[in-house]
Amino acid sequence: MPVPSPSAKTTHKRWVGRSVARVEDEALVRGLGQYADDLAVPRALTHAAFLRSPHAHAELRSVDATAAAAHPGIIAVLTGPELAAIGKPFITGVKTDAPHYPLAIDRVRYMGEPVAVVIATSRYVAEDALELIEVDYAPLPAVVTPGHAATDQSVVLHPGAGSNVLHERQFRYGDPEAEFAAAAHVVTVDTVYPRNACTPIECNVVQASFHPGEQLYDVVANFQGPYTLHTVMARSLGVPGNRLRLRTPPDSGGSFGVKQSVFPYVVAIGLAARLVGQPVKWVEDRLEHLSAATSATNRVTKLRGAFDVHGTLLALDYDQLEDCGAYLRAPEPATLYRMHGNMTGAYAVQNLAIHNRVVVTNKTPTGLNRGFGGPQVYFPLERLMDKAAATLGVDRVEIRRRNLVPADAMPYRTASGALLDSGDYAHSLECALGSERHASLLERQRERRAAGRLYGIGYAAVVEPSVSNMGYITTLMTPAERERAGPKNGALATATVNVDPAGSVTVHAASIPQGQGHKTVLAQVVADVLGIGPHDIVVLMDHDTGKDPWSIASGNYSSRFAAVVAGAAHRAALTIRARIAAIAAADLNVPPVELEFRDGFISSRHNPDNRVPLARTAAKAHWSPLAIPAAAGAGLRETATWTMPELTEPDAQDRVNSSGAHGFIFDLCGVEIDAVTGQAKVDRYITMHDAGTLLNPQLADGQVRGAFAQGLGAALLESFEYQADGSFASGTLADYLPPTACEVPDLEILHDPHPSPLTPLGAKGLGEGNCMSTPVCIANAVADALQTSVDTLPLNPARVHALMQAERGGADDDATPTAAPGSTPEDQLPAALHPAPETAAADDGHGMTGEGSTTIRAAPDAVWSCLNNPGQLRALLPGCKAFEQSSDGEYRAELSLGVGPVRGLFDCRFRFTPVVAGAQLRIDGGATGALGASSGTAIIRLDDVLQPDGASGTRLDYRYSVTLTGKVAAVGGRLLDGASRTLIGQMIKALASAAEPEREERGTWASRLGAGLRSRWSDSGDSES
Amino acid sequence: MKPARFDYACPDTLDEALALLAEEGPAARVMAGGQSLAAMLNMRLVEPRVVLDISRLHELAYITANDLYVEVGAAVTQRELLAWPALADKLPLIAQMLPHVGHTQTRARGTVCGSLAHADPSSELPLALALLNGEVVLQSRTGIRTLAARAFHTGLMTTAVEPFELIRAVRFPVLGDAAVTAFTEVSQRHGDFALTAVALTGDRRRIRIGVAGVEDRPKVLDLLWRDDASLQDEIQAKVSTMHGSDDIHASGAYRRDLVPHLAMRLIEEARDALSAR
Repeated sequence: MPVPSPSAKTTHKRWVGRSVARVEDEALVRGLGQYADDLAVPRALTHAAFLRSPHAHAELRSVDATAAAAHPGIIAVLTGPELAAIGKPFITGVKTDAPHYPLAIDRVRYMGEPVAVVIATSRYVAEDALELIEVDYAPLPAVVTPGHAATDQSVVLHPGAGSNVLHERQFRYGDPEAEFAAAAHVVTVDTVYPRNACTPIECNVVQASFHPGEQLYDVVANFQGPYTLHTVMARSLGVPGNRLRLRTPPDSGGSFGVKQSVFPYVVAIGLAARLVGQPVKWVEDRLEHLSAATSATNRVTKLRGAFDVHGTLLALDYDQLEDCGAYLRAPEPATLYRMHGNMTGAYAVQNLAIHNRVVVTNKTPTGLNRGFGGPQVYFPLERLMDKAAATLGVDRVEIRRRNLVPADAMPYRTASGALLDSGDYAHSLECALGSERHASLLERQRERRAAGRLYGIGYAAVVEPSVSNMGYITTLMTPAERERAGPKNGALATATVNVDPAGSVTVHAASIPQGQGHKTVLAQVVADVLGIGPHDIVVLMDHDTGKDPWSIASGNYSSRFAAVVAGAAHRAALTIRARIAAIAAADLNVPPVELEFRDGFISSRHNPDNRVPLARTAAKAHWSPLAIPAAAGAGLRETATWTMPELTEPDAQDRVNSSGAHGFIFDLCGVEIDAVTGQAKVDRYITMHDAGTLLNPQLADGQVRGAFAQGLGAALLESFEYQADGSFASGTLADYLPPTACEVPDLEILHDPHPSPLTPLGAKGLGEGNCMSTPVCIANAVADALQTSVDTLPLNPARVHALMQAERGGADDDATPTAAPGSTPEDQLPAALHPAPETAAADDGHGMTGEGSTTIRAAPDAVWSCLNNPGQLRALLPGCKAFEQSSDGEYRAELSLGVGPVRGLFDCRFRFTPVVAGAQLRIDGGATGALGASSGTAIIRLDDVLQPDGASGTRLDYRYSVTLTGKVAAVGGRLLDGASRTLIGQMIKALASAAEPEREERGTWASRLGAGLRSRWSDSGDSES
Repeated sequence: MKPARFDYACPDTLDEALALLAEEGPAARVMAGGQSLAAMLNMRLVEPRVVLDISRLHELAYITANDLYVEVGAAVTQRELLAWPALADKLPLIAQMLPHVGHTQTRARGTVCGSLAHADPSSELPLALALLNGEVVLQSRTGIRTLAARAFHTGLMTTAVEPFELIRAVRFPVLGDAAVTAFTEVSQRHGDFALTAVALTGDRRRIRIGVAGVEDRPKVLDLLWRDDASLQDEIQAKVSTMHGSDDIHASGAYRRDLVPHLAMRLIEEARDALSAR
């Protein structure tokens, strides 16, 4: 029997706490990772593609898949009602009549919502068929901003719910009213946290089969948890949980919470596989991912703080308006409640009021995202602390220092119930400032400012919660409702250690890693207990709900791994060790407590020569199980399932210990702003962490760097943009802008560890903290640089530029929170971009607008007749394939529209309405095609002018307003304004050409263009010609 | 995000390529590095019947230089031009710009002429072509013609290349020893399409300023050296009629309003460079 040779690297030092090289990396760097899309596929595999709504809000009148279903290679085209017939809507934590199905049934509520799924022999063929499905949408007005959703109930997304506000609760802890009444200062901030997401490289993947014999769904998906959603999925698939076998692959291309969004597709693809009787695979593409997977919630917050004359924080009052998108998708509205125990941040304040509202809007449903709920709270809270410092004339570090929870108060129960387990926040803050770090940053600021530069310093103090309490979400219920529903609490962590007859060790945990290095850490933890090297241990992290231990809290989220999953592995290893020790004690004739596990041997502590190889004892446990005392238990496979006893359910006063462990972060940074461009550059960034015991410092720093990069993205770059009509405009990674290595500055990471007394290894989560601290720290620095208020993100060049202009103009320093990033407040735009509308409908307040004029060498009546002559009209339309007049002034045409090489076929309907006969015409129209949908209005005015040669001419003025939605809006945003101007310009030029009597219509596009070029253009770039 | 069905042709000779183009005309789309076209194919924004890959045409894989211009063949990648030893000497402006064109990875496949053919309004290379008054050599089965930059780039993502033609090469004029060049751009991330890009060429008498990212194609301003205030006023006046496009990242007004400031930075650089001689 081979004895595992102790690894050369084995020493007597403990493995935990050392920067052991990642055991994962060799396979990954050699391209041998096993990601969801790499796994073996069954025979007869089919491929799915989703037809998605181009509209943010529309009635779904009909879906005709006849032509698509007849396309070669198509196995089935399935619609919402067909899936709903064998499945059920998704359940959520809020009881309301707002059903959500994997495919839309009678209404679409966000652009990108799945409407049908095509199952085909290949993805290519499936996408061919998407273009053949005919959907009759009746567009509805869209609700895009949460404020609009909460106040204007003229458009209700879910009629059954009766309102767009699906949840509302008020909380009160201590006596906030009294404190506000008595406070020396009340400081208020109004903030708008934008929509963003930590974007993984790998998108969602599902491969599903249905086995009719066992009535069992067998699904492989790159799901990450939480496994509460297994219940949700099984229910929607219409089976008990034991008939949904959900397997996750060994490797992941990143998640950051976002892969939670695969779960509706597990159901959609599962049901489809059952209906077609074949395995089905779906791989989400980037456009689907960005437009329709998920995002963090955007939140509008009014936060008031009551302070005494010394700057002591007396009370906080939050008014939070949470936007969960079109559907409240499980586990939402968890983003709003994850931080419930931590609403007072790092500060010792026992008076707290919270007003929570959750609204639905015509945007993609929200969900898990690194930092989950943290950035939305710390953005207003840490902006408030800066504003309070300014109001009170106190230094910004000092006001934070004064209010930190003191070390001698630990463990500290916050107003809303969190148990801050450990830490010395004041000490950690001083560590961050250091003897010279802060001083040199201040000096740097003085230098740069003296040189005329805009340089600001930002600070942020953050408590980072980890290990979510499975009961926190029930805080949204009233105590009476909770009483009826029964308690929800705890967070079971599960890990298994197995020692085989050869003495080699395998570890497994229900923790679905997404690249963090869980295998390495679990190997370190178990290696220490069993006295072997971590590289001798095999850790398998793929998971199978049919065979592996798990519970609802399983999965990879809320930074629970280091704090509790590694702890569960530790407990399992200890149990195994005790069992092995019982055998070895008899063999070596020493009491078990005197045994030492080291270098693959078990030896007597007092006589190291009295030893036996671990492998030999392990073999004995397998071959002679009777040798183990019955009390020690049988076998060498042990699963530890453990929960933190402190994670109790919310109490009758709505206090909840929403998380099991609490780290502390203090960040400071210097940011310089280009006074011309508005570009903000992080000059220096220092982040100080108390994450308790660091199990592997190198991996810990990797987590900090990753969260920092994503926090930086949230601060400066990333935002999912929606137009006023709900069309989504960030569908490529050239529009949605995660930072790349070039944009992420060097980071100074410091640690001041205060181990948690509550977690098995003293570790506290640290993977999410910088997603909470970095956005507001940078915002504070920008506000300091500009000496203005910063109330929303991202602080991209155009937004910072607008802030600078507002500041220079002496305008009210409140930014316009609802303005789209990059947009300038409307009143600052030149008149040309916002032409005075001739009629209300010509400018509906959004979309692209433009105007222009040209002189035509023909009399107005000739131009007018040209416009009103269907034959001539047809010739004006670019790429006209079919044309018919449906009634007087109403036309339908099939047009091939495009700019440059981009071209698509559109079904267009438009109506001509004379406003003033012979002089003014209004055109209303719409176009739909595979590239998207468009609607718009144009006004054309004709005026007599005398030409230089004395002939009669026409001055034609036009104005238009166009909205675009669907794919072309999502991926072409950067070019759409120019493209619509180009297209409309082409049509007007064609009109000019057609109306001019001396021009023979030669029927070629080039000749028409050539004629048009002689016209004078007020809005085009070729004015020099 | 899978392309519609198309035929793929990857001829070995230019003659074969031109014959195919003559046959297919507008149904064909020429691909060199595919850094823009492949994405548009995948999104089905472009659905050609034939994709004609010219990346392996050895006849087009050349960089030649004479006293007047540098000619870059259509199969030359941006990386290859960046690595060309004479680049900084012959085409200092291009040497300044190329590191801003995408990323190392995209430059390894993306071609110089492909960037011109794509004619993105924010692209650096079309800006260089316009500012330097370069020429594009077009070839079809019936012959070769040469277009000046102004005649080549006709609009948003639109060029004067006829369906049966391909870009054979681009000629970037070599500026005299007396010339200076400068370049700057504002983009949110390194390698992104610029919000606004401004380039300068000049000597002791004149300044030419090129602007990309604001309108549907690059715009060139010709100026004479004057005091800073007058120059800035003149540039301000010249750009005030530019109609910048709005998008989610910035308003057209923002893009346009940057121009005088960025131009003045380049002018200062140019003045320093000239006075250092």
